[in-house]
Amino acid sequence: MARIEAEVGKPQGGFVKWIDDRFPMTATLKYHVTEYYASKNFNWRYIFGVLAFVVLVIQLLTGIFLTMNYKPAAADAFASVEYIMRDVEWGWLIRYMHSTGASFFFVVVYLHMFRAMLYGSYKKPRELIWLIGMLIFFVLMAEGFAGYLLPWGQMSYWGAQVIISLFGAIPWVGEAIVEIIRGDYSISDITLNRFFALHVIVLPLALIGLVFVHIVALHEVGSNNPDGIDIKKNKDANGKPLDGVAFHPYHTSKDLVGIIVFLMIFSGVVFFAPDMGGMFLEHANFEPANLTATPEHIAPVWYYTPYYAILRAVPDKLWGFILFAMAVVLPVFLPWLDRCRVRSIRYRGWMYKTALSVFVVTFISLGWLGLQPATGTYVLLARIFSVLYFAFFLLMPFYTAMDKTKPVPDRVVYHA
Amino acid sequence: MTEDDLDRNRRHFLTVATLVTGAAGAGMVAIPFISSLKPSARAQALGAPVEVPLASMQPGEMVRVLWRGRLVFVLRRTEEMLARLPEIVDELRDPNSELVEQQPDYAANDTRSVKPEYLVVEGSCTHLGCAPIEDFDVRPAEGWEGGFFCPCHGSKFDLAGRVYKGVPAPSNLRVPPHRFVRDDLILIGQDTGAA
Amino acid sequence: MLKLKTAASLMALGLCLVATQGMAAGGGTQLEKADIDPDNKSSLQRGARNFMNYCSGCHSAQYVRYNTIGKYLGLSEEQLIDNLMFNAEKTFETIRATMPTDDAARWYGVAPPDLSLMARAKGADYVFNFLKGFYVSESSPTGVDNLVLAGTSMPHVLWELQGYQTANFSTHNNDDGSVEKTFEGFEVLSAGSMDAEDYDEFVRDTVNFLAYIAEPIRSDRRKLGVWVLMYLIFFFILASMLKKQIWKDVN
Repeated sequence: MARIEAEVGKPQGGFVKWIDDRFPMTATLKYHVTEYYASKNFNWRYIFGVLAFVVLVIQLLTGIFLTMNYKPAAADAFASVEYIMRDVEWGWLIRYMHSTGASFFFVVVYLHMFRAMLYGSYKKPRELIWLIGMLIFFVLMAEGFAGYLLPWGQMSYWGAQVIISLFGAIPWVGEAIVEIIRGDYSISDITLNRFFALHVIVLPLALIGLVFVHIVALHEVGSNNPDGIDIKKNKDANGKPLDGVAFHPYHTSKDLVGIIVFLMIFSGVVFFAPDMGGMFLEHANFEPANLTATPEHIAPVWYYTPYYAILRAVPDKLWGFILFAMAVVLPVFLPWLDRCRVRSIRYRGWMYKTALSVFVVTFISLGWLGLQPATGTYVLLARIFSVLYFAFFLLMPFYTAMDKTKPVPDRVVYHA
Repeated sequence: MTEDDLDRNRRHFLTVATLVTGAAGAGMVAIPFISSLKPSARAQALGAPVEVPLASMQPGEMVRVLWRGRLVFVLRRTEEMLARLPEIVDELRDPNSELVEQQPDYAANDTRSVKPEYLVVEGSCTHLGCAPIEDFDVRPAEGWEGGFFCPCHGSKFDLAGRVYKGVPAPSNLRVPPHRFVRDDLILIGQDTGAA
Repeated sequence: MLKLKTAASLMALGLCLVATQGMAAGGGTQLEKADIDPDNKSSLQRGARNFMNYCSGCHSAQYVRYNTIGKYLGLSEEQLIDNLMFNAEKTFETIRATMPTDDAARWYGVAPPDLSLMARAKGADYVFNFLKGFYVSESSPTGVDNLVLAGTSMPHVLWELQGYQTANFSTHNNDDGSVEKTFEGFEVLSAGSMDAEDYDEFVRDTVNFLAYIAEPIRSDRRKLGVWVLMYLIFFFILASMLKKQIWKDVN
């Protein structure tokens, strides 16, 4: 041990040592990168955490450049977006990257959460990682919502109108809360101004802080794996997990491939379908906000529609709000709702497999229904799927406890 | 070479190739971001050439116009003013406009102008950018021959925008690109034949 | 097994995207396809001329600069000034309407909307059908109504070209007592200077131009996108090889 230190210490002597004596640079790099061991049998579903980070960087970078030309005022906002799209050199690219990035943020985060549900990544000892992750998700929802108002198009305005009005359903204090959110008696210049502040300062700061804590917590307990096995149980003579490989260069080289594939899809949208047929940029949002006329068909952006469908499925304003809020918050309790002893779906019984499959169908269906008009069959379907949504969570303690499990192997399954 | 060596070489090559490709991509991405900081189409439109009509301008009169948001002086010099220009050459730092190129070629002459009568200079002191004040009265007692005086740090310029010796400003006032569209119309900001 | 699951998940995701896309675009009356060709520069040039002659009297395109159009359509400065710039003096100006907005609002009840983004907000097909959809209606103050935008305050500006037509509707009583009107077709009342085919072409060019100004960067971004994807494919191959090489020592 001492010999190695002497060897390593020598060439690093100068500058690096000077830093290391004052700041744990090498130690931090070792702890988080070169000597952070994660299972070697990660499959493609393990890319989404890294991708979420990539999207965060894209959003921060493009967002900074957008603020240099955007004007957060009701009279100027819409025109300033068109100014970016037309007059600012390359402004269109920066704006499309940001609008596409917003949708991809949710794609990636939903898949990231789904991966956690597949392999029981929220289970002990990773409950706190899950909780922080849910906080990130909430902040992200708020961030997306605040950002969507900024272009000040028809959908921006009326979407915000609907969602902010939701809080009015809270008894007694509802109307007061709504006024505090808006800062006015209707959504106005004032609202836009504060949403801008939230979108570019408050929420991104919270997001960055939470992501940092999320990763620190992850590196404390170590990453889960598709077998849900604790790889720290089997270590070699040097204390290195037998089933783990160092984050760098193994996972970095692997993640790079995943990032490039992601960038291909991302560029495909940015360059060939930035509207995504009205999903990522809604048609009505190319009309400036008109306070006197609601667009014929109004729905939130796709990433909120599963919850929106639940809200609309309830014929009562207050209960609609309560169920909507519950639907958003319920996943927080997953670590305690899930009573199964094994983590990974690979060793779980048919009950959880069925429940999770139904849940995926439910979630996607709700998302689709949220985009449809709230009429007849759609409402009925939304009610059925809402029940299934809640059943997945509320019945979980029972079916996960009853479920038969398969024996979990000692070592991860890996074929070189 | 052993197989290990081959592998190591290959790995080294691939690592470098991937890094170079990635760095090249990052460099390409930087281009749009940096370009977006340049003056936009609107800034260019607002910074379009400015016309200055001369018909009603009397000798000794000066007008101020803004071109690209920058102050430009257009002074119609009197015969007397023009006559003074060669007399004070000794007191100037760069009387023949040679040290620093502060004017287009067509204004690199004794009067620093296209037509001797009309002086077109930017009203921005070459020291730190304050707007000089015009003072055309000659006061020999104070040693003032008429010209421009910068209120910020006391730099002095003559009636051709030439800087005096012993002041903070290092060079003559800048002459912006301009041309005479007609005898009584100057276009500031453009000097080629294009419309 | 794993491959199968992967494929299934990807397919589900794809299906879901396709489904939502289709649904988001649908709805409303059946629209005839505008069938515009954004790469056809001469169609765009004709469309630009049509726009300046017939639309820009009342409608602005306040985000669109003349020189942007001129550059894209391959027009010289003289051509631009002589053929398109009736309301402006400088090529870098944006397209303003000849008529002041306030006057227009007083005359028509509403200000004629800005057309910079109309084709993007409503879709090219919608605008195409709108321009073809004027029919004589006694009850309307302008004498015409429109099939896709009932009660529009816009007069039939192109009547000299298209002529006048009436719309035939069949009515039928629903079980719940409501009356449903179904559009059966147009009937020519008086011919204009163009036949139906020429008028279609005229409108198509105009809509093509409107679609272009709604997103002037469209064709550039597609061209650039191809290069970006080619670069990423190359990068992908390199990175995959590197990954394979590095993972060789994992077993």
